[in-house]
Amino acid sequence: MKEIYLENHANTRIDERVFEEMLPYFREYYGNAQSMHSLGFQSKDAVEKARFQVAHLIGSKESEIYFTSCASEANNMAVKGVAEAYRQKGKHIIVSEIEHFSVLYAARRLSQSGFEVTMLPVDRYGLVSPEDVKNAIREDTILVSIQHANPEIGTIQPIAEIAAICRVRAIPFHTDAVCTAGTIPVNVNDVGADLLTLSGSQFYGPKGAAALYIKKGVRIVPQIDGGIQENGRRAGTENVPAIVGFGKACEIAEQEMEENYRHMLGLRNSLTAALPEKILYIYINGHPEKRLPNNVNISVEFVEGEGMFLLLDQKGIYVSSGSACASKALKMSHVLTAIKVDPAIGQGSILVTFSKYNGHADIDYLLAEFPPIVAKLRDMSPLYSYFQKTGQRRAAGPGTDYEHEHEHEHEHEQNQEDE
Amino acid sequence: MPFYSEKVTDHFQNPRNVGEIKDADGTGEIGNPVCGDMMSFYIKVKDNIIEDVKFKTFGCGAAIAVSSMVSEMAKGKTLDEALQITNANVAKELGGLPANKMHCSNLGADALHKAIEDYKKRQEVTP
Repeated sequence: MKEIYLENHANTRIDERVFEEMLPYFREYYGNAQSMHSLGFQSKDAVEKARFQVAHLIGSKESEIYFTSCASEANNMAVKGVAEAYRQKGKHIIVSEIEHFSVLYAARRLSQSGFEVTMLPVDRYGLVSPEDVKNAIREDTILVSIQHANPEIGTIQPIAEIAAICRVRAIPFHTDAVCTAGTIPVNVNDVGADLLTLSGSQFYGPKGAAALYIKKGVRIVPQIDGGIQENGRRAGTENVPAIVGFGKACEIAEQEMEENYRHMLGLRNSLTAALPEKILYIYINGHPEKRLPNNVNISVEFVEGEGMFLLLDQKGIYVSSGSACASKALKMSHVLTAIKVDPAIGQGSILVTFSKYNGHADIDYLLAEFPPIVAKLRDMSPLYSYFQKTGQRRAAGPGTDYEHEHEHEHEHEQNQEDE
Repeated sequence: MPFYSEKVTDHFQNPRNVGEIKDADGTGEIGNPVCGDMMSFYIKVKDNIIEDVKFKTFGCGAAIAVSSMVSEMAKGKTLDEALQITNANVAKELGGLPANKMHCSNLGADALHKAIEDYKKRQEVTP
């Protein structure tokens, strides 16, 4: 069966050149990068080469790059690390409502230990207003964290403007650039970020390596204590093969960014132009222009997202959905909620994200298989038959409030606490 | 292991008894505000037996599979037997449901029961 991978914000396929670069660090150069013998130095040199490659991609100094195991760790390190380091100065943190959970839950954790968190709303395109940031800043604000682009709806934030506002007030500004670094140009000097998260697995590197850029002079408290790795700011044996792969992925991304960008933009534009012609009553979420080249989020009215992605899965088309049913928490995605997508429509959301490996044949296949799936689900949708009969829309209701569902939600909250 | 059992997948991909009954003897509709499912059941009753049943469902794979299974279980049963269909035995017939989808099985049984109640109510009004 044909397999088409369209969930590239979850993970990308590794580039063969990256994989090849990693192999010797499993088999031959397996030493601990902190060891003082020759084998150790081989590993150490490889990690430092990767640090150079990562720094080069985002225009920073090598000494400002700190490797972590994943972007979630880097985001935690930024939010919690800065908050702890500056707690004498203040207790107020500003984030947006549509941050990744690794920022949102890190902030929530801090709010349980005396910090105060302002969650900035976004407009219907998912944009944070720099004016809102300015107005939210208080005397005791010690951190602003706003993502560069949103993985779910693709909206790119005006982070340079936001960073400039923070700089005037001397407040550390962190941006989660997981969706942008390696895909579109990201330069820490142009952005003006004090801290920036990036992850190689988003641009053809392996899982298990990400980085936090920390501008010289910005203080953080380590979140993993132990050894002297990463200049004492992040203990733990370096995952040398993954870091080597991450570095190589940065080098390739830098060289091929323009070409990949144009390619993916072409795919995105083809898909967004063709879809509304093939399927009626669909809506594209996120900002029409200020968006990632590889992100298409659509809401298909009258059907539910999980049904669509399961049937697409049967056809070998791998996407994701922001619908409540598709989430383990049974809640519509916090991002779609924040941009105020009508829940009846948001339930039918499907997220398609491209990589450089996708081609126009993939779009053609999706365009051939997707409309019949929507038609099949609409045929069994009471909302659609109501619409056909009356021309009116109705919400999925009237509603049954099962007690145990709230228990389930509660369990979920508990699990979050227990993690 | 896939998220859904083979049986759930089968019922989801090839749902039985999808549709509406124009001159239904009873209809029942149920919705869920938490995850946005909605089900409509239509029954045709003769001599206290559910002769035909159809449904329309807006919802996830589990919700559709549950509707399909409930419709199969109810067909040919007496009204009293059909009222015995519970979320537990629907889930069991489907070979189990993931924990966070168990509530979907409630919806199917409830929608069917509502259709039966509607039928009974109509009998009272027009004996």
